[in-house]
Formats: sequence, C-alpha cells, structure tokens
Amino acid sequence: MKRVIIIGGGPAGMQTALCLVRRGIEPVIVECENELGGKLRNWHVLFPTFTPASDVLTELRRKVRENRIGVHLSTSVETFTDRQATLSDGRVLTCDAVVVATGFTLFDARIKEEYGYGIYDKVITSADLERLFNEGRVVQAAGEHPRRIAFLHCVGSRDEKVCQQHCSRVCCVTGVKQAIEMRRLFPEADVFNFYMDIRMFGPGYEELYREAQQRYGIHFVRGRISEAAPTHDNRLQIKAEDTLTGRPLRMSVDLLVLLVGMRANDQNAAWAADNGLNQAPSGFLQPKDLFLGNVRSGVEGIFYAGTVTAPKTIGETVNEATAAADAVADYLTTKA
Amino acid sequence: MAAIHFGYTISKPRAIDLDRNNLRKSDEILREMPELQTCIGCGSCTAVCTAGNLTEFNFRKVHTLVRRGEYQGAYEEMNKCMLCGKCRLVCPRGINTRGVVLLIKRKLGDF
Repeated sequence: MKRVIIIGGGPAGMQTALCLVRRGIEPVIVECENELGGKLRNWHVLFPTFTPASDVLTELRRKVRENRIGVHLSTSVETFTDRQATLSDGRVLTCDAVVVATGFTLFDARIKEEYGYGIYDKVITSADLERLFNEGRVVQAAGEHPRRIAFLHCVGSRDEKVCQQHCSRVCCVTGVKQAIEMRRLFPEADVFNFYMDIRMFGPGYEELYREAQQRYGIHFVRGRISEAAPTHDNRLQIKAEDTLTGRPLRMSVDLLVLLVGMRANDQNAAWAADNGLNQAPSGFLQPKDLFLGNVRSGVEGIFYAGTVTAPKTIGETVNEATAAADAVADYLTTKA
Repeated sequence: MAAIHFGYTISKPRAIDLDRNNLRKSDEILREMPELQTCIGCGSCTAVCTAGNLTEFNFRKVHTLVRRGEYQGAYEEMNKCMLCGKCRLVCPRGINTRGVVLLIKRKLGDF
C-alpha cells in the first residue's frame, strides 16, 4: 500500500487524509500540536453563515478517527524529501509522496507598535476576540456597557512597513462578521470599521457587508488608524483620516480590535531550500502554476494543500485538500 | 488695555471629534433612512450631479459629514441640489439620494 505523509493536521491535512483513504492510499498525519484542528480550534463561528467552527472541526476529526488514520501528535517534521520525513522525535518515516499542509502564521500585532497591542489591554486582535467568544469573556474585555468599539482592517496585510505586501483576504469579511457579533452582544454600542478597501470576494460576503451597514448600523470609515493612545478614563483615543470627507477624525473607544493578517510560516524558506521548492515574494510556497497546478509544487512527489500557498477560507482550503489528494493519487498511479 | 494684534489668528481644529460632536440628528436621519448607511463612497452621485458640475456641491461628502455629526453648512449645501434625481438613477446601492437631500434639509433646517 502506498503511503503519503501529510505535514499538518489542520482542516487541509485532515481533508487530504480522508480523500486519500477513499482511494486506497495510506495517509499519515504529522501534527505539531497535541490535537488535530490547526488554527480552527481557536475560532468561534465562521463567516458568512455564523456556523460554529466546532461543527466543521468535529466532523473532520470524527471521520479521521473512524477511518483509523495514522496521526502523530505533538510531533513536527524536521526535514523531508518526497520519499521520507525526519520527525522531531528522531524517527524517520518513509513514504511515496508528501503533502505540505502546514498553513500560516498569524501576524504578530505587537509589531505595529502604534496600535498598542500588548501595551493597552483595550487593544485585542481578531483571533483574541474569537477566543474570548469561545470562553464567554467578551464582556470582560469590552466592559459591561461599551459605548464604542472600533475594528481596524489590514493589520499586517498590504503593509510594506512590516514586509507583508499581500492581502490576507479573509480579514475583511471577518471584520464584518465580528462587527455584527459585537452589535448583537452590545446593541447600545456604536461599532466603527476602519478600512482601506473592503474586499468581499466570496458568496454571501457582499450581502453580509450590506446587512452590517443597513440592519446593524455599523459605521464604515475609509481610512487607516494612525495611532491609539490611552485616555485618562482608561479608554483609547484613536486617530485616522476620514478620507471620504478629507478631514482628520478622532474618537475614544472602549475596545479596539485589530484584524490581523495571515503571514507565511518562517519554516517555508528552509524547506524550500532543502527541496528546491519555490517561494512567492510573500513568503508563502509557490505552486507550480495558479491554474492547472495549484496543488503541485513543481517537485516530483511533493504537493500542497491549504494556506501554505496563500491565505484562504476554510471552504477553499477543504476543496483544495480534495484536489491535492486527487493529484497525489494521480501521481502514484502514473509512477506505479 | 487693548491687546496688541500681531496679525496672527488661531486656526479652528479641522479634526472631526466624535467625542464632541452631537450625533443625535445624525442618528435620527439614519433611523429614518437606514439605507444611507449602505453608501460605499463610490462617488457616482457626485459624478453625475448637475449642481456639482456648476458649483462646489458634493453630495457624497456632505452626507458623510452629516453622518459624522458635522452639520455646519450642510443645509446651505443641500440647497444647491436641484432635485433632478440623476444621482438616484446611478446609485449602485439603490439609495434614495433625493430623499436624503430632503431629509437632511428637514432635519438640519435650523443649523
């Protein structure tokens, strides 16, 4: 039986494994955390339908369990080729192909010092907010009766100053989704979203944006916040240009949520050098081509699935994992 | 003692300060016409505006300022509108822009 090592046990890795099993190929998932699920584990609900992230996760995990797929938890891959992988515990696994499904790294918002993340407790990230929703602690962060909540789009995206020139895509609609959630939780609060562009690329996203504006009365201000500073009453003052009126704008808020982007894993560079893989200027791994070779690396026996190649939604990631399994099966059949 | 006038004046701050601005009128306007919130600032209204081609009138800018609580001069600005309704024909969000002009004039007549 052919064996395929899947590096990463997030949605991409799990779905790839499930599709490989159906084709009579033995997948082995290597996951560095102590459970499967990747970044999705910390997410509360998914845009644009407010579907609980746990619904998706539970289903994928259940299928992985039922299919008795081999999983190495708390184990990372040190080095690999198309025929073997050396694990952090020293073991060497042999295989017939490798699927890289290692995902992305969240942008560290502390780097954008002007927003005061890690300095002021009223500044949190979009990922923090999801976690707070899961833990039921949003009120603790925003206060019982917040008057005003601000979201800032494009933190660590489309920003040359932090070497992240790419668009992380999913933050726009995440910002709209989270703004709606905050309005539902705090109907008395005004919610402001500061954006450079609003990029609603997916089905139902534009509709959600419009709902946020019309039904939830969320204010969208085109302009990037320049700085956040504490006020004497433990709130935050933020400054921006309201570019649609051409005037500077400032206000105090009870909570500032930074919509942090997806950046490439630091590890990509070393793996690319080891195996002759290509990296895009953004640092993400570059697929063979963007039309007919999205899940192929250009190197025999090495494939990609999910956000290791670029920022993607959960739906896109799962679809791509299916495509990756298809490409792997194709490759193994041709080789046999 | 008369102060010596050196020819300098203090500029009024240009910043929109949402902590100071009274948003009551703005809230009323948005409550009566929530569709105004869906404006994406494309500027189609201003591009086709007959009045805007002859005067400084900029419908997009004025209604955005009103929504931020900057009412000063808004009524006078809206008086430049000739109510031809071309803006309503082109608005991609389907906002009743002419209705907005009339609403703002009604709400801010005493400003």
